[in-house]
Amino acid sequence: MFDYLFYTALIVFVLGSIYKVSTWFTQKIGVPAKETTIGARFVSAAMGIIAVICSSRILLLLRALLLDVVFQRRILQEGIGRWLAHMLMFYGFVLLVLMHALEAVVSEVLFSDYYATLNPFFFLRDFFGTMVLAGVVLAAGRRYIAKPQRLRTRRADHYAIVIAGVVVFSGFALEGLKISSYHEFQRMVEDYAGMDDEAEIQALETVWVRDYGTVSPNIQEPDANLIESGLEAHANNCADCHASAKWAFSGFAMAKIMRPIALWLDQQDSIAIMWYVHILACFIGLAYLPFSKMMHLIATPLTLMANGAIDRARSSPANILTRQIVELDACTHCGSCSLHCSAAMVFEAVGNECILPSEKMVLIKRLAAGKNLDYSQQKAIQEGVYLCTNCDRCTLRCPSGIHLKELWHSVREQLIADGPPLPHILTPYSFARGLVIQESLAHHEYVLPIEKARQAVAGRFNQLMNSEAPIDLGGQYMTGPQPAIGDNTYSRCFSCQNCTTVCPVVANYNRPEQALGLLPHQIMCCLGLGLTEMASGARMIWDCLTCYKCQENCPQQVEVCDVFFQLKNKAVQNADPN
Amino acid sequence: MKFALFQGCNIPARVGQYADATEAVLTKLGIECVDISEFICCGYPARNTDYRAFILSAAKNLAAAENADLDMLVMCKCCYGSLKKAKYLLDRDPGLKAEMNRFLKKEGLEYKNLIQVKHLLSILYHDVGIERLKSKIEKRYSGLQVAVSYGCHALRPSNVTGFDDPVSPRIFDELVEISGAFSVPWTRRLDCCGAPLTGINDKLATDMAQKKIDSAREAGAHFICTACPYTQLQFIAVQKRNTSNPGNHEPLAPILYPQLIGLCLGIDRSVLGIGKNEIDVSAIESFLMTE
Repeated sequence: MFDYLFYTALIVFVLGSIYKVSTWFTQKIGVPAKETTIGARFVSAAMGIIAVICSSRILLLLRALLLDVVFQRRILQEGIGRWLAHMLMFYGFVLLVLMHALEAVVSEVLFSDYYATLNPFFFLRDFFGTMVLAGVVLAAGRRYIAKPQRLRTRRADHYAIVIAGVVVFSGFALEGLKISSYHEFQRMVEDYAGMDDEAEIQALETVWVRDYGTVSPNIQEPDANLIESGLEAHANNCADCHASAKWAFSGFAMAKIMRPIALWLDQQDSIAIMWYVHILACFIGLAYLPFSKMMHLIATPLTLMANGAIDRARSSPANILTRQIVELDACTHCGSCSLHCSAAMVFEAVGNECILPSEKMVLIKRLAAGKNLDYSQQKAIQEGVYLCTNCDRCTLRCPSGIHLKELWHSVREQLIADGPPLPHILTPYSFARGLVIQESLAHHEYVLPIEKARQAVAGRFNQLMNSEAPIDLGGQYMTGPQPAIGDNTYSRCFSCQNCTTVCPVVANYNRPEQALGLLPHQIMCCLGLGLTEMASGARMIWDCLTCYKCQENCPQQVEVCDVFFQLKNKAVQNADPN
Repeated sequence: MKFALFQGCNIPARVGQYADATEAVLTKLGIECVDISEFICCGYPARNTDYRAFILSAAKNLAAAENADLDMLVMCKCCYGSLKKAKYLLDRDPGLKAEMNRFLKKEGLEYKNLIQVKHLLSILYHDVGIERLKSKIEKRYSGLQVAVSYGCHALRPSNVTGFDDPVSPRIFDELVEISGAFSVPWTRRLDCCGAPLTGINDKLATDMAQKKIDSAREAGAHFICTACPYTQLQFIAVQKRNTSNPGNHEPLAPILYPQLIGLCLGIDRSVLGIGKNEIDVSAIESFLMTE
């Protein structure tokens, strides 16, 4: 049964890992991804690795291995508590797997005197397990009790903590049950001690009840007279192969806790049940690993080392893409990025979770896997990727060393090209796109999303751009009184046109009314007439530089520029009433 | 003197030498700068589409500075304008303040209106004092002509920003002139650099920047002096792209104010990031008089 379960889990793990690694070369994100073939990516990655190994950059790689993977300094940057929790879990887990889970192929090979019930191994097993348990408790405490701002917990996060917790806890429980079990004592006496003198066994039992946590139905109070001979029997028959149960300190503590019901538990075959719980949890963890966030055990060190050694400017597009797909698996959904995100308050005000970097990652993973997003998800991820100030903080903070900003840039063009119109393009969020990205795109690719957004916010007032066409004042939107904009400063306007005269945008055009739809004083006039929606459809408000010259020069203190801001807000609401 | 240094988003990501040079200059003047980890985006880019998001972003920064009991030293003119505007509205609208504080409570913060928002140039001019700054100067420029770009969002709306006289401002000119440089009069010194429309209407944004650059060149400037990352990046991007340069001129390099004054204060060029500007400004060192 054990073998059957183990091999099933192992096969799932191996196949899953092969599948996962293959996705690093098959999955794609972003626009340039369309042109890269799988073979080219594989070759490119291999060449890249060889190039690093055969150059002085191997030193950078080793440096990253030492500082980022072994010492985990990027987690330390997030605070000593998180670093401690992760170090405990990571090293406890790795050592436990090597020494305990793989004892037949590691410990017994390395140490000729290896014996699970002898020190130091007996003690170390508990020590490593306790490290993991302490780390899991700290991690769970952070996620469920401390709850840092904007930390989102998804199913995958629950699973990881629950599986790790059950593995370690069931291990200790199993050990505690064995320690207190009378049957287990009897079995060991039969199997290992080779004793047949009843009195001697009784003496030994007395010692084990007194010192080693065994709960016997025969002995309530250890008989002091038997101790001496018991100790002798122990030294002769047991001590060579079994250290004191107290060395397994956590298991011993569990035995103490279970003591009142130990006899009952011993009758219930609880050791076998707990053994199944323990190995099943281990096997589920093993089989699930490639599909869980624990895949970061492999992907994160790779990411840290790659980003430590790679010369970004000279990376081939194929390698950038491959690295980005690996990075998707390196994300542990720890929330550091979202905690420090510059747009955090925009998220709080808008409520779109995809503004948070950690949640963007979740949807980008789905995009990379080729899953279809529904309309609302598509809108959410598009807006989330765009409402980013390109400040780079998420990248600097990510404990896994993921180049997050680069990921956003990679998916952004495709999202805004394919998605619904996005008014946020008409804001300074576009500064970095205009500054940096523009160069790498064909003119129409660059301009199309901007024009799409402009049309959406102009609503039905695209016709304002055509001076020949009559302006339609009817329609469902225009019925009833329209809400005033701001605190009505426009009502003070007496049409002196100072705003229009000083406006540098107006001055930039030979025929400004054709380029801009309505001029600043005309917009104030519109508002005075109650034509709010028409005013919010003018191209002028989106071509406003927000230099505030109009407002500064208005003799009537009309807050022209601020009114434009309000109109822009209004136009965005009109474009998407939801 | 001690301030909470507000760098915003552009400076750490794209104009790191501005922060380095500023910190070096302030250290030289005995001013301590504190980095506050809770500082986030000032809210500026959200103004067009969502005013509440803008105010809330700004309010978090204001509240974080209050929490540290420090006035804010803002380096970006657009951050400055946004923070001032938000503060102006919050201080006059108790309902708005209460609404924002409901959000801030989750962050463990509250905005109470206890601190000031100041731009780097105002602090140098008013708080340090122009005379004290002058007394620290070790080397002066000779024959250097500089065009100062004031920055719209610091100047206007003047009733909100309170930076300087919106029609004939002086502080930037004086701050440059104590270095021995001549601050040239130029027609477009109070105009917009076009950065707010970069990425939205690039033609218009480029036109605005190009007009400014041409005007500064015409006035005989060797450099344009900036104190805003947006303006700095805009002048660089437009001239690097170089689509409308009929006279085929050499680019007119923008230099950040703390770089310009830092050299006079005897700060090492590498600390000031003189070599890091994308359009080389090292020629400015040839104007320094050796004493």
